[in-house]
Amino acid sequence: MNKRVALTGNEAIAKAMQQINPDVVAAYPITPQTEIVQIFSKYVADGLVDTEFVTVESEHSAMSACIGSAAGGARSMTATSANGLALMWEVVYIAASTRLPIVMPVVNRALSGPINIHCDHSDAMGARDSGWIQLFSENAQEAYDNAIQAVRIAENKDVLLPVMVNLDGFIISHAVENLNINDAEEVQKFVGEYKAEHYLLDKENPITVGPLDLQDFYFEHKRQQSEAMKYAKETVKEIGKEYGKLTGREYGFFSEYKLEDAEIALIGMGSTMGTAKAAVDELREQGVKVGLLKLRMFRPFPAEELAKALSHVPVIGVLDRAETFSTNGGPLFTDMHYALYGQDHKLIDFIYGLGGRDTNVSHVKGMFEMLQKAKDGQPIDRINYIGVRE
Amino acid sequence: MANLKELSKKEEILTGGHRLCAGCGASIVGRQVLATAKNPVVVALATGCLEVSTTIFPYTAWRCSYIHNAFENVAATLSGVETAHKALRKRGRIPDEDYDFIAFGGDGGTYDIGLQSLSGAMERGHDMLYVCYDNGAYMNTGIQRSSATPRGADTTTSPAGSVIPGKSQHRKELTDIIAAHNIPYVAQAVPSNWRDLTKKVEKALDKKGAAFLNTLAVCPRGWRSAEEKGIEITQLAVDTCYWPLFEVEDGEWRLTYKPKEKKPLVEWFKIQGRFKHLFKEENKHILDEAQNYIDRRWKKILQLCGEEE
Repeated sequence: MNKRVALTGNEAIAKAMQQINPDVVAAYPITPQTEIVQIFSKYVADGLVDTEFVTVESEHSAMSACIGSAAGGARSMTATSANGLALMWEVVYIAASTRLPIVMPVVNRALSGPINIHCDHSDAMGARDSGWIQLFSENAQEAYDNAIQAVRIAENKDVLLPVMVNLDGFIISHAVENLNINDAEEVQKFVGEYKAEHYLLDKENPITVGPLDLQDFYFEHKRQQSEAMKYAKETVKEIGKEYGKLTGREYGFFSEYKLEDAEIALIGMGSTMGTAKAAVDELREQGVKVGLLKLRMFRPFPAEELAKALSHVPVIGVLDRAETFSTNGGPLFTDMHYALYGQDHKLIDFIYGLGGRDTNVSHVKGMFEMLQKAKDGQPIDRINYIGVRE
Repeated sequence: MANLKELSKKEEILTGGHRLCAGCGASIVGRQVLATAKNPVVVALATGCLEVSTTIFPYTAWRCSYIHNAFENVAATLSGVETAHKALRKRGRIPDEDYDFIAFGGDGGTYDIGLQSLSGAMERGHDMLYVCYDNGAYMNTGIQRSSATPRGADTTTSPAGSVIPGKSQHRKELTDIIAAHNIPYVAQAVPSNWRDLTKKVEKALDKKGAAFLNTLAVCPRGWRSAEEKGIEITQLAVDTCYWPLFEVEDGEWRLTYKPKEKKPLVEWFKIQGRFKHLFKEENKHILDEAQNYIDRRWKKILQLCGEEE
């Protein structure tokens, strides 16, 4: 049973966490994630969950405690943003390589410096090679749905990898939207009870977690981690389907919007995909054949599927809400070159919205205009900064 | 309290075959502490000598469950395990029985890089015992100074040079800092006084909530001392009052051992190569300074423990 409610993105995540009712949550407040921690604290205080809640003294300790509790056999969650994620960077890697199925909503915010509390994806992109599965959300509905699916994806026995559920700071986290939420019992049934195969608190079978892994074995363990990511891909798809059957909202690696006959298209992630849909609609009304591909799963990166979905589009614009400073464009741009290598496309990068800079429908229409010019053979820069004063 | 015979008959949790140096104090501390545990144990290690030497994959020297995460976060990590135990026990997913959660960290991982994580875990009051094996420097990486290194010691980052003769600062009193957290039990102990140490571990594990035990652990490599003399050297640290034995139980300070005769600090210094340069004529003032510091510290401890007005 779906229920229609009006919630902010943070409230939607907190609601998902309440319905998951994890064994352990260890979290530390940071703007714009703070409300998640506050609301969840209230759930704990009012007995609406019976999760053990650890109010740690830093994000580094939040992830460290989650590593301890997950290794102990407990379903464990945390949530963070920006500098909080950066502070836990060391242990974010350890969580993945220890193969612990931790779920962490990340309310995306620009990474300092200079300090800024508003949205971009530099925080999540900093963790793109950490071995976490990374899902992105367009709105509160997707954030809520992703958080619930993340538990099942992470805990799959062939996967056992942590999952980061990304939602845009303020734009999603603080805006009220109407969304469908599931019955708590349905969520409980969907996530099931977590039973780790090997865990510290199994008295009869004591284990050693986090040994010193030298030249003889480290590489094999890393190789296994890569293999787990391949399984993760399949699992994300399966769980997305299963969730669709339950709720009517099916999820895949990405979703296409008016892409079928598109001659120019954009690909991107997060809340701006909603803005881009409006731009697509307006241009379609004018008869311009534009389309959109909204990427949900950034890690693992579904290169093959993207290549197939975009094979008929000659000119593709890539939306990057983060800069790599490699002078070769944003992180999605470089990955898209890999995905489309060997196919005949023109790729143009649009770095946009850094530090919460507003990106509206006319900005997106401007991008499509540039793509159209490129298609018509006019010279267009490969890397473009949208909405910046230069 | 168990007697020595009983303790010696218990199955060792930290088994032989690990790769710690001969004469290492950390393993002695570890074995003495673990001999007292009555419940199933989960041990957590900060990165350091005890960690790298006992779990070289695919081997482990630990008969109990063990977790190592990183250098600075053993307290937070074990607080997570302890919380998992609470959660799973409450939900009936594991048997309803007590565990002993014991963290070990060297002085680098405890006094320095792990201080925040330790402070957080102590303040939150997790039912765990944190044991610091203080050998007075970053021994695992090759004897670099820490905030536990005594004044004047020659380390590889406070070398005894021709201009600066060893570490310029006095050590920090971490035990006092943890006592200021007002947790149920805080103590200092040494493996040379096993009875005192065992009693303290017993108390620490019996208390509900966070407990902290600071132990002095000899490092023959770093201290440049004779491997076979470790226990004597450790006892001399107590008898010179460099390492007073006391406990803070529910806020009450108590001296648990008073040397019959307080020996001069130089007696402890002169049997360790790391202080050798201090015996040169031009460095004598450092010996005086170090002695003054110890005298002040001892007086303060006596006052705190109600032994002196």
